[in-house]
Amino acid sequence: MPKPDYLHFFIDPNRCIGCQACVQACTECDTHRGESMIHLEYVSRAESVQTVPVVCMHCDQPTCAEVCPADAIKRTGDGVVQSARKPRCIACGNCVIACPFGVPELYEDRKIMMKCDMCYDRSSVGKKPMCATVCPSQALFFGTREQIEQLRPLSSPINTFQFGQQTITTRVQMMVPRALANRAPYVDVVSAMSEHPQSRAIAFKVVTDAPEKATSGELDPYAGIEV
Amino acid sequence: MADVPADPIRIIERFGPHLSPMTGVRLSTSVEPDRLVKTHCCFCGQQCGIQLKVLDNQVIGFEPWEDFPFNRGMLCPKGVKRYLQGSHPDRLTTALRRDTSSPTGFSSLPYVEAIGRVAREISRIQQTHGADAIAVLGGASLTTEKTYLLGKFARVCLKTPFIDYNGRLCMVSAGAANKKAFGIDRTTNPWSDMVGSDVIWVAGSNVAECSPITTNYIWQAREQGAKVIVQDPRITPIARTCDLYLPVKPGRDAALFAGVLQIMIERDWIDHAFIRDSTTGFEQVADYCRQWTLARTADVTGVPQRALMQAAEWWGTAKTSFLFHARGIEHHSNGVQNSLGTINLVLASGRIGKPKSGYGTIVGQANGQGGREHGQKCDQLPGWRDISNPDHRKYIAGVWGIDEQELPGPGVDAYELFRKIDRGEIKGLLSICFNPKVSLPDNSFITRCLQKLEFFVAIDFFLNDTAWHADIVLPGSLQEEDEGTVTQVEGRIIKINKAVECPGEARQDWRIIQDIAQALGRARGFTFTEPRQIFEELRVASKGGVADYSGVTYEKITQQLGVFWPCYSEDPKTGAPIADHPGTPRLFERGSYNPVAKGNGPFYFPDGRARFNVAEYRPPVDDANDDYPIYLTTGRVVSQFLSGTQTRRIGPLVRQYAEPRIEMHPRLAGKLGISDGDWTTAETPRGTITLRAQVVTTIRPDTIFIAYHWAGRKSANQLTVAAQDPISKIPQYKVCGCRVRKADAAPEYAAVLEPQQ
Repeated sequence: MPKPDYLHFFIDPNRCIGCQACVQACTECDTHRGESMIHLEYVSRAESVQTVPVVCMHCDQPTCAEVCPADAIKRTGDGVVQSARKPRCIACGNCVIACPFGVPELYEDRKIMMKCDMCYDRSSVGKKPMCATVCPSQALFFGTREQIEQLRPLSSPINTFQFGQQTITTRVQMMVPRALANRAPYVDVVSAMSEHPQSRAIAFKVVTDAPEKATSGELDPYAGIEV
Repeated sequence: MADVPADPIRIIERFGPHLSPMTGVRLSTSVEPDRLVKTHCCFCGQQCGIQLKVLDNQVIGFEPWEDFPFNRGMLCPKGVKRYLQGSHPDRLTTALRRDTSSPTGFSSLPYVEAIGRVAREISRIQQTHGADAIAVLGGASLTTEKTYLLGKFARVCLKTPFIDYNGRLCMVSAGAANKKAFGIDRTTNPWSDMVGSDVIWVAGSNVAECSPITTNYIWQAREQGAKVIVQDPRITPIARTCDLYLPVKPGRDAALFAGVLQIMIERDWIDHAFIRDSTTGFEQVADYCRQWTLARTADVTGVPQRALMQAAEWWGTAKTSFLFHARGIEHHSNGVQNSLGTINLVLASGRIGKPKSGYGTIVGQANGQGGREHGQKCDQLPGWRDISNPDHRKYIAGVWGIDEQELPGPGVDAYELFRKIDRGEIKGLLSICFNPKVSLPDNSFITRCLQKLEFFVAIDFFLNDTAWHADIVLPGSLQEEDEGTVTQVEGRIIKINKAVECPGEARQDWRIIQDIAQALGRARGFTFTEPRQIFEELRVASKGGVADYSGVTYEKITQQLGVFWPCYSEDPKTGAPIADHPGTPRLFERGSYNPVAKGNGPFYFPDGRARFNVAEYRPPVDDANDDYPIYLTTGRVVSQFLSGTQTRRIGPLVRQYAEPRIEMHPRLAGKLGISDGDWTTAETPRGTITLRAQVVTTIRPDTIFIAYHWAGRKSANQLTVAAQDPISKIPQYKVCGCRVRKADAAPEYAAVLEPQQ
């Protein structure tokens, strides 16, 4: 039975509290053989408690599959990119290097690439993936578009990503804020203790096209970026 | 008893903590279980619904329970891996006796023989030194049935006043403050009320790590427009993206609340009508707050004036609001005052007893709420009754079939109980669900007390660090081996369901208590054959009390997916029987009737009014000073629970945060010449600890943090001070002065112990 096409996976890193419930729950899923397919990393623990959960984005045209010399990575009809197929995978690691999101992992001991398959054993029968079910902050959310619109008025889902010349569209949606936050996240207690805090957060300017070569006297496209 | 019976390394080799792996049927998740048991997590006070997979009398995994309304399938890592505590190599499956001739310090003996020995020793001590020479320590992870039975056992069977519990380390400051201000001790609203609030103030609660499921409610409230204020010396995950972070200096919370209330009064951001009609005592509080000018408050609390002003403005002008606090403001020698400070902010705002507006403490333990209501507290009888109140005594004596004169009076708090052991007044101890050698402050004193006991019997499923000192250890039950009720953070009574049988000679805890009563020849009142019977007696015993459970049945809990107390069997107004009282999800609603106020108002005092209480700031005992210039604060991490008796035995949880660290700001680290990962020594007048440093900007530069879940030389409570709140007797875990230096060398334990040991 294919995964119901009205249910979607949404990632909202802003909500993540780094508790690792997703990582622990991922190891409980049938097809994962006791391993976690989720990457949950501190951005920089020395400076912040911010964490980012990464699951497979399930690309419409998966780079991992495109670079696989053994044709071991398959995308199901309902848009879920699976772990490498055991008889075919030669454990070359091409997919690990090529994936723009850094998702696939090579398990040297069993000579195979394994990755998030959106708990296909669960999601293909209408259940939520394990990580999105347990996630206490619901940074990982599995549900309908109507639900996400109702529950997350402050952000909107995107699924198109640009990596250099490559445009990638994905099955998994990333929640991005609709407006810039009126203040940067708290990263250093010292600045919170000050009457006149200096923001240490980095504000990224959105660069829509590749910048033209800056020549002397011309406008620096990065001049507005406050570090 | 004397010192531990063998080399600690040998005890650890035999009894752990070892790690339970995911192997066999517990790894192969394609194995079909015999059945799924709907129950709840065994750890924190959120009590998330979970389904345990059971195969051949073994819990082999879990399945989310998405229909349970509180967590709808959500779980933290502890909940996900809690199933690995079953079928554990360290599990006690026989009774043990202290045996110095055994290399591991203990040898097995038949259960019946062990019970006989316990009864003989209790009798001997009581005949020689009096009934008061025996004490009982309980815990708030026990089901309400067990806590009820334990209170009855101490008073009726042992006839000792000396019973107390580990909730003394946890919920008592909030409880005492609630009693003084509201006349009832419970969170006011279900969590779902949070969504739609204007402002949520989180005071001293690391929600993301200690009550993770609450995070989703707070985030959801924010999506719907709530501003989130977080007050903490550390930027915890919930503070990182909050709207206003108040970096309070440890131990200064009452000053912060007084200062904020003063701004609200000055700006007239208070609800005069509510204060006039529904409260008393505001004038005294306003008088007290006058001294807390903005400048002075900022100076004392370490929170900048701009942030205090912003907090006061948001709180003062909100239409709806929630205020939560937890151990961060409660674990202080000023803990009750701190809690009263938050209540004053709530009462001045008038926002209580309504949808979208509430107040509550986030309880820490599984049954933090129910465990403090039915009589294992030293001054309390079932139904949240007072052991010093003649009417309450008479009622309970009637339920128990004893003369009121036979019922002992109030005992002492858990720490004072150890001081009585130290003074030789208490000679024998029975403990269950409590690991004071790890969890009480200044725990080398606790060790010395344990060494002085003539007889110590511990009931436990693993040999915890305190039980190393026991003469007899009786093998008790894991949560999944018994049924019963607990009351979770919202005041919702829920049902724990049995999934598996006890292994070997292990017994359900309530059976063990009754077996001791029988062996003592005092079986009357201890002949229950199932938890349901205990609950039925508890319903009667709680009837007419503030914590009235008389209308609650196991069936109603299952049917409604929880029942909020009070739940009456008789209409408190007319006395007419009611069969279908649904419970009370929200307290203090306008026009609501309660048996204390009798229609005079929504609060549980005869006049129906809430009480403002002057919430005075007092500096911490053993505050930072010239010799010990840095604040030490302690707390939890998300992957561990309490003293780690369970979670330090679960492999994947240990790997998540293997050992405690000394968390410090780079400014402090720089001054001390310490880099991230260096072995670092922290020292107080009580002791020293050497751990690796974790250098992060997310903590005040005048403060270090150590998580408290580990034992022995890794125990943070070697350093903490045994100062207690004068009212609640909660220890001051959250602040004391310490000094910190780079360690000369790696500690000795690093070479011999595994991280969790």
